[in-house]
Amino acid sequence: MEVFILFAPLIGALIAGFAWKIIGEVAAQWLSIALLFAAAASSWLLFLTFDPSAHAGGYYTVTVLRWIESGLLSTDWAIRIDRLTLIMLVVITTVSSLVHLYSVGYMDHDPQWEDGEHYKARFFAYLSFFTFTMLALVTADNLVQMFFGWEGVGVASYLLIGFYYRKPSANAAAIKAFLVNRVGDFGFGLGIFALFFLVESINFSDVFAAAPDLAASQVAFLGVSFNAVELVCFLLFIGAMGKSAQLVLHTWLPDAMEGPTPVSALIHAATMVTAGVFLVCRMSPLMEFAPDATTFITVLGASTAFFAASIGLVQTDIKRVIAYSTCSQLGYMFAAAGVGMYSVAMFHLFTHAFFKAMLFLGAGSVIHAMHHEQDMMNYGGLRRKIPVTFWAMMIGTLAITGAGVPVWLLTLNEVPIGFAGFQSKDAIVESVYGAEAFLSFWLLIVAAVFTSFYSWRLIFLTFFGQPRRQDIYQDAHESPITMLIPLGVLAIGSVFAGMVWYKSYFGHVDQVGNFFGVEVTELAAAPAKEEGADDLSHDEALHTDHSAAEHGSEKAHHYVFSGRPEKGGLYFASENTRLVDAHQVPYWVKTAPFAAMLLGFLTAYWFYIRNQSLPQRLAANQRPLYLFLKNKWYFDELYAAILIRPFLALGRLFWRGGDGRLIDGGINGLAMGVVPFFTRLAMRAQSGYIFTYAFWMVVGITVLITWMSIAGGLP
Amino acid sequence: MSVIAFYLFAISVITGGLFTVISRNPVHSVLWLILAFLSAAGLFVLLGAEFVAMLLIIVYVGAVAVLFLFVVMMLDVDFAELKAQMAQYFPLALLIGVVILMQFALALGAWEFNSSASELRQNIIPDDRHNTVALGRILYDQYLLLFQIAGLVLLVAMIGAIVLTLRHRSGVKRQDVVGQVSRNPAVSMELRDVKPGQGL
Amino acid sequence: MTLADFLIILPELVLATLALIFLIGSAYGGGDKNAAAVSWCGVIALILMAVFVGLRGSITDYSFGGLFIDDAFARFCKVMILVSAGVILLMTQSCSARHDLSRYEYPVLILLAVVGMMIMVSASDLMTLYMGLELQSLSLYVVASMQRDSIRSTEAGLKYFVLGALSSGLLLFGASLIYGFTGTTQFSGIIQVAVSEQISLGLLFGLMFVISGLAFKVSAVPFHMWTPDVYEGSATPVTAFFATAPKVAAMALIARVLHDAFAGLAVEWTQVIALLSVLSMFFGAITAIGQRDIKRLMAYSSIAHMGYGLMGLAAGTAFGVQALLIYMVIYVVMNVGTFSFILMMERDGQPVTEISALTLISRQQPIKALSLLILLFSLAGVPPMLGFFGKFYVLKAAYEAGLIWLAVAGVIASVIGAYYYLRIVFLMYFGDEPIEDVQSMRSPILSGLLVASAAIMLIGIVNLFGLEDAAQMAAEVLVG
Repeated sequence: MEVFILFAPLIGALIAGFAWKIIGEVAAQWLSIALLFAAAASSWLLFLTFDPSAHAGGYYTVTVLRWIESGLLSTDWAIRIDRLTLIMLVVITTVSSLVHLYSVGYMDHDPQWEDGEHYKARFFAYLSFFTFTMLALVTADNLVQMFFGWEGVGVASYLLIGFYYRKPSANAAAIKAFLVNRVGDFGFGLGIFALFFLVESINFSDVFAAAPDLAASQVAFLGVSFNAVELVCFLLFIGAMGKSAQLVLHTWLPDAMEGPTPVSALIHAATMVTAGVFLVCRMSPLMEFAPDATTFITVLGASTAFFAASIGLVQTDIKRVIAYSTCSQLGYMFAAAGVGMYSVAMFHLFTHAFFKAMLFLGAGSVIHAMHHEQDMMNYGGLRRKIPVTFWAMMIGTLAITGAGVPVWLLTLNEVPIGFAGFQSKDAIVESVYGAEAFLSFWLLIVAAVFTSFYSWRLIFLTFFGQPRRQDIYQDAHESPITMLIPLGVLAIGSVFAGMVWYKSYFGHVDQVGNFFGVEVTELAAAPAKEEGADDLSHDEALHTDHSAAEHGSEKAHHYVFSGRPEKGGLYFASENTRLVDAHQVPYWVKTAPFAAMLLGFLTAYWFYIRNQSLPQRLAANQRPLYLFLKNKWYFDELYAAILIRPFLALGRLFWRGGDGRLIDGGINGLAMGVVPFFTRLAMRAQSGYIFTYAFWMVVGITVLITWMSIAGGLP
Repeated sequence: MSVIAFYLFAISVITGGLFTVISRNPVHSVLWLILAFLSAAGLFVLLGAEFVAMLLIIVYVGAVAVLFLFVVMMLDVDFAELKAQMAQYFPLALLIGVVILMQFALALGAWEFNSSASELRQNIIPDDRHNTVALGRILYDQYLLLFQIAGLVLLVAMIGAIVLTLRHRSGVKRQDVVGQVSRNPAVSMELRDVKPGQGL
Repeated sequence: MTLADFLIILPELVLATLALIFLIGSAYGGGDKNAAAVSWCGVIALILMAVFVGLRGSITDYSFGGLFIDDAFARFCKVMILVSAGVILLMTQSCSARHDLSRYEYPVLILLAVVGMMIMVSASDLMTLYMGLELQSLSLYVVASMQRDSIRSTEAGLKYFVLGALSSGLLLFGASLIYGFTGTTQFSGIIQVAVSEQISLGLLFGLMFVISGLAFKVSAVPFHMWTPDVYEGSATPVTAFFATAPKVAAMALIARVLHDAFAGLAVEWTQVIALLSVLSMFFGAITAIGQRDIKRLMAYSSIAHMGYGLMGLAAGTAFGVQALLIYMVIYVVMNVGTFSFILMMERDGQPVTEISALTLISRQQPIKALSLLILLFSLAGVPPMLGFFGKFYVLKAAYEAGLIWLAVAGVIASVIGAYYYLRIVFLMYFGDEPIEDVQSMRSPILSGLLVASAAIMLIGIVNLFGLEDAAQMAAEVLVG
């Protein structure tokens, strides 16, 4: 079944890509969709039936073939199944199958192509191919296989962003995405090399087992000595930064919205961009030994969350708003992973996949309805025209802004009540506070305000108020059923995913441990405080007692993580008490995200419903700030000035002077001047006379004996 | 006495070789060559290898050199012209010759005779038998393999000569030894009764 | 001298006896009408002997008082020689009429030449070496000028003979120097005397002369000059023969002499071999560019390939010899295939050898053209053809022996060499319209050999048909 899940999309891609001329375009589409749904069903089956305790080490591998055998490097192509992989499998196959289905409607009659031109099968082939490479990435059993998937998704992303190849902007965006990712991939590659250099293996089990030793060793490079594991983690994180569009390497993600909207939903919201988070979580056995690198991850993640959200405030392109939102949410995930709460990062990744995919698909539905108009300034009042889309977007927005019931009001069997984003985002904020990363905490809170604001702004501008472009508004129509079904399915996920799996990701140590297959040990000498009488496990009374390892409703049970690095889906060092700390933060911290959400909502309501002239006036008053945000903090301009132009100049120098004159000229000169000269010379020596031949033989023997008498022989 | 003879023969070999090369008349060259062969044979005699010396005279002087003489006389080669061409390359040839000569002077000048060398040299002449017998024993016993291969080499040479030169022309009458010998009167003779004054 | 001695030389004995029987039998009954039958018998005998030698135990035996050695190295080379000679004889048989070779002496001479080669690779004495070499050479001189009505063939034979005599002279002079300085002609005796610390210059000179004489046989620069003329002038089947078995024998002989007799002087001779190697590679590659006749081109190609073979030898290690053996096997297979193609080229029933005649041949004979393309790629050393692995082995051997400059030179030379191979491919597939159409002879045997060798170039990359182990065993017996 594991093999089927991995290769079904590849088969779909091959059929859609090569066999559509035989079986027809429609058949090719539906075949690939069917394969994807089968894979999704299989994934869910695996996910729900997987029991980590049934397997030694909490995971098992399915070897597909012997892959590389070269010197020390020896590796199989193997599928590693553990909880981490399964979460990704479920997310990828579910979103991918829904996006496939959605694309049937969305890609019908695309204005980029004229009637009679075939492009749909190609699109489905790319989508399926992307799914395959993404699955290869997450099922990897070793770093090189992961790198294969990593580069594979890069290629698929490139192809899909540039799918509208007749648009110059799409081509430029595709190249930009590829190039910026190269920077990150370079770091990732160096990380792999460094690990292979240090451990002499690239298999996860070996690498993880070696983590404690690595933490104690140093790497000297250019005379500077680094801690081995810090260096490796930092390099790997550079890879994650590129793929997950974190600050400094984020510039490609907004531009990637040039691709068709289903692509944005699948690749640039739910799956590929989360590969970086997945990488950090997968490498948790190393990350646990690298306090400096993880601090960096937290700060950078929180900064990205804040930074991207601030840009999202003023963007008018509906997809770009969501793109910056994605960027920002990824920052949340990294912040969580950085403080050691990998399960929480994965939790947000999981819920985010649902609601962000839905937002994108909803946006796609709006765009589809509005004849590919993407500027929100041209929308307005659409809720009457496209009610289903409107409600879907509402659910998505409620989820992303984190709407829910504050925990001190009401919980359901210890699980907070609210949309998916509510559970996971709150979990992140609490974890970051619990880790005493206060700067990051405040950045995240402000980002939450921004998130709420721009999300509601999007809703208000699009669906409320008066239509600002009557001509388009008149023709607006609800999307076909193939586009609405995915919205419905995702809506279910956006509402319930958080509540259903809350305990598995962010429950007590033993719950999380069991879910991820991490060993936990019961603390015998736990202080038997009986303060958990009420249903609220997150009792503030406990936060005075940090020595208490764990507190739960099963009062007598206090657990700590005691897994070993090479075992389990994740690894928490035994001194990692963040999960406990997170549950013990003060009430105001637990309420803060909710308050932030409310603040953002009210501001947006004030700006865009009550007092609609306010935004213009504010923009006019605070023009520099507005422009600063509008131009995305001038990152693109900065890069153009300090990187792109010098490099272009350098490139031109090497191209014209180095390559053109020196190398081409040199080779051509050698090939057309020098070699023929020697050829003529040699052919002249071949005179055809025996005495010439004999003469050369004598010359030869003379040279040999002369050489011997000079170089050798003499005692 | 033998020392005087050795130097005589040695000088004569070298002179013969030198004049073979530089002599203007090719016939003279061959004659000089014969002198060199003869002198070499003399050196063999001094070494006690009479059989080899005789072989040298019979094979080289008697057969090879004479053959050379025929070839040189019969072929219409303008040796003067060839020599003129050679003069063109002479400086280069001289240079190489001198270099090789110097190398060998260097190599052979440092040649130390093994203390047992002279003893070994005496071993060549067995006391108890003729060296013809000794050669035979070595050739047909120790070196049988090489002797047989040498036979094959000669066979190949013979095949080569035949293959490359023998042509069967039609209409040529040949001797058919078996046929001729095995003729009998019954087959090859016919008795006719010739009537007087008529003929056949 | 016992029966055991004769048993050891049994393969040689059988072949020589067969040759004599064929010779006498045909001379007294049938004449040239027997040529085909004799050829077929010769092919069968050669292949059977190859099987016999190949399956012969794994021991090392001396016979005739140390004149002749039979070890794994010799057997490996003998199998190679026997098989290639058998295949070439087969090729000749399928087109002998048009090349004026349908004479019974031809297979007899080939058989005798093979006997000579087998003696060469088994030589463990300078005298055996010389006798084997002469037996082989003399047979080859004759077959080179076998087309006696063709001026070019006669010229080829004469040139080969005269220069061969010169090289034999050099070899003999070297051998006598070695005898003079070591007091023995047996390799096992020489190796005890020839130790680096206490060698005399004269011994080194002797070695140099011997190397020169042998370098002539493998046509290493600067002793290569005869090669193009002889290749071009001789009948094409004869050229094919020259390019295969004798090269193997001579190469093996060099390896044998250097490792069995002069292992102690490895420091000295590796430099010389490396010099010959680099000269051959570059000279072969550069000069081949200017050729218009494909047989001449193959001559320069073989010079360059011998350079690569010598590179393995220059390493001076067991792995180097292993690389050399592997290289030679691959080289022989490539040449068999290429010459099968050349033998099939014809125009109006006459064989042609101009390269320009190949223009756009891919349109008429796609399969043959494709096979030739694979072979040419392989000759040029383009991966993943087998030829690449041959080059890879020798380069690796040179690299591991510390001769990095030589390996680099080898790579550069192979880049230059790729030009002339790929030019033929270009002509075959993209050339201008040909002036005259070239036909290809119908011959199942030649086409089969062509396609088979091309297939080997592709399939062989899997595990080289287990060649590696056999070559390693042979090399370790020689060097170890």
